[in-house]
Amino acid sequence: MINNYNFEQKFKLANITSMILVLLSILMILFKGLNFGIDFKGGTLMELRCDSTNIQISDVRSSFNQLDLGDINVKEFGKKGDFLIKFERKSFDDKISIKTIKEKVSNELQGNVDFRRVENVGPKVSKELLESGLLAISLALAAMLFYIWVRFEWQFSIGSIIAIFHDVLITIGLFSLLSLEINLSIVAAVLTIVGYSMNDTVVIYDRIRENLIKYSSLKIGEISNKSINETLSRTIITSSTTLLALISIFILGGEILKGFSLAMIIGVVIGTYSSIFVASPILKYFNVSFKTISKEKENN
Amino acid sequence: MLNFSNSKVLSIYITFILISIFSLTNFLNFESPFLKKKVNLGLDLQGGSYLLLEVDSSALEKRRLQSKVILLKKALNKSLIKFDNFSINDDSIKFTTEEKNFKEFEKIFNLKGSNEINTFLDKYNSFELDYTIKNNLISIYLSKYGIINLRSAAVDQSIEIVRRRIDEIGTKEPSILKRGNNRILVELPGIKDPERIKELLGKTAELSFRLVTKDNVEFGSEKFIITDTQEEISVSKRIILSGENLIDAQPKFDNLNNQPIVSFSLDRLGSQRFGRVTSDNIGKRLAIILDNEAISAPVIQDSITGGNGTISGNFTFQTATDLALLLRSGALPTPLNVVEERTVGPDLGKDSIEAGIVSLIIGFLLVVLFMSFKYKLFGIIANISLISNLLMLMGILTLLEATLTLPGIAGIILTVGMAVDANVLIFERIKEELKGENSNIQAFDSGFKKSIVTILDANITTLIASIILFIFGSGPVKGFAVTLSIGLVTTLFSAYFISRHLTSRIVFKNRDNKITI
Repeated sequence: MINNYNFEQKFKLANITSMILVLLSILMILFKGLNFGIDFKGGTLMELRCDSTNIQISDVRSSFNQLDLGDINVKEFGKKGDFLIKFERKSFDDKISIKTIKEKVSNELQGNVDFRRVENVGPKVSKELLESGLLAISLALAAMLFYIWVRFEWQFSIGSIIAIFHDVLITIGLFSLLSLEINLSIVAAVLTIVGYSMNDTVVIYDRIRENLIKYSSLKIGEISNKSINETLSRTIITSSTTLLALISIFILGGEILKGFSLAMIIGVVIGTYSSIFVASPILKYFNVSFKTISKEKENN
Repeated sequence: MLNFSNSKVLSIYITFILISIFSLTNFLNFESPFLKKKVNLGLDLQGGSYLLLEVDSSALEKRRLQSKVILLKKALNKSLIKFDNFSINDDSIKFTTEEKNFKEFEKIFNLKGSNEINTFLDKYNSFELDYTIKNNLISIYLSKYGIINLRSAAVDQSIEIVRRRIDEIGTKEPSILKRGNNRILVELPGIKDPERIKELLGKTAELSFRLVTKDNVEFGSEKFIITDTQEEISVSKRIILSGENLIDAQPKFDNLNNQPIVSFSLDRLGSQRFGRVTSDNIGKRLAIILDNEAISAPVIQDSITGGNGTISGNFTFQTATDLALLLRSGALPTPLNVVEERTVGPDLGKDSIEAGIVSLIIGFLLVVLFMSFKYKLFGIIANISLISNLLMLMGILTLLEATLTLPGIAGIILTVGMAVDANVLIFERIKEELKGENSNIQAFDSGFKKSIVTILDANITTLIASIILFIFGSGPVKGFAVTLSIGLVTTLFSAYFISRHLTSRIVFKNRDNKITI
């Protein structure tokens, strides 16, 4: 089966859509903001399991509300009787400590209450975690830029970086839209998306470069189109297997991995789209030709 | 690309077997230390507590500055520098002097070598103290590196004591590490409730024995309230004995009233001093001060010369046990604050392992079915390559005794999804080559050759991202970076050697038949 779709024709429409999506994402992030978890905002998280299934979310909320813990967020978490509670309070003293909170909540709620997970992040640490997360993402972007610049030409470098920004911004924009929590595992997901998107783009770029040499008379638009078609099966199969693995984590991997796998699923879908509809058109706009890559070779 | 010499085939499979055999040692119990290696389960999987402690160095900084006061005054007098308005507060020493003295001051202050006032820290190539001159006012404060040095020393000192305290409680395999300049990371597998440990680490346990003075007669006394009885006493600042002189402390019950008490034994020097002071002060009261709180102030009945004594207060057996433990392990130079805490209960860990394994198996099966369906015979090759990839990944994790976390399991599942990419790239390329090429061998050969560069490019980009994550990531997320990075490497190995070898076998067997992928 030979794929022969006319992607080139769709470039414009796709690019306008992408630009609107990126713009909307930026507006979302700026105005709606991000729902930072305790990793980045500081605060305390408690996951508890009540053996009595009569306990309602409102019971849990009211038992925490009496304790002067700042802003409190309670939600059901997986099984019935499992709750995740997050509150603002970052540091404790003799009057209120994790110990006293546990005691008071256990007394308040009927039945046996098991504190399955307790996390507390102080203000200094959360600031550092945020900084190092941002630094890691920036460094990853810079490293990608450098790698592609060494392996290809600068036009390719710019194309792939724009594609990555596109993917990361839209993924985070969606997280903002859906008010999903941004925590350490989301940073891991974003970095993996950066790697994956790059991986996908590189495969097409490799083919474009090869075809530029092979068909030196063709225009870049046609070459891009040809290359995308030639690698299309691979693009789809790899995205499919990756998505199969991710969906398996999302559905079966437990509550803790939900956010991470969702971010990855969004990232993989957008990353696949962007390597075809963002990274490739950019080469066209730069008017990359056989000369671009042969000139570089001479300079080297 | 398709020719494999026998020795090459042998070395490929020997490498594979040698590495993947270690994936089995996790499930078997060998005696040999080399085969005893196992993957460690992270705290999020086995349950346990992660505590990040920070030394509160403000008190230390103040004390350090205070220790400079007498030395500084002495040196100023010696160099005939006249000074006025000498004062000290929390973070600086200040005094005024005339401008003509500035040069002389700078000379003694910035003296390298044996400078008692302002030590030169070779390690940081910087002085311990820094100063500013504004009009006639000289302010002296700890330099940036002076503070770092102080904190770092406090952390080094504290780690040992933290270790002793935790060992005393008897947790299994705690890990206690220095983090940065002012933090200590404590990982306690199996601890479900770290409150007691936090309490024990939150106290410096600075013990001192001091005489109770008559109301304000003596200069150099301070007031304390005995926690128990609320009685106010005034206590001499002179320390007779401190926790340093203790060699042992144990909780006991008092013979008379069956109250829990702490009995202690002193070292030789301590016994002598204690004996002398108690025999000189019979009838007076001796205050026992712990972390700036008076526990009790018993009357000295008799001289205590044997080097053994007891501390009574309103203890429960638990508090007496804790106090004895704190005294045995020694005082911390400064309080430790918990700045980050993550505790996972054992049954959540068990649930996570279960969910992780189930999603790994299902993810794996889905990918295997997909590949078999899509590529038939070659799908089986891809699947064999995938299985050997997973075995090697587990093998390397075991060899490195890496820590497997929940995100780490996610990394393995993701590897399953992404690892087939290399095979897909190869197969798709060969498909194309088969179209224009009559010879099967030629087509496969050039298919491999052309796809390998792309495979390398594509995997290196992901590897870069995951290495950066490894460097910057913390806790469980680091586990993700570890499995993903190793997974990428084993992917390259299994695609480049194992798939290629298996493919070559098929091609050579069917060199004249039509092969479809």
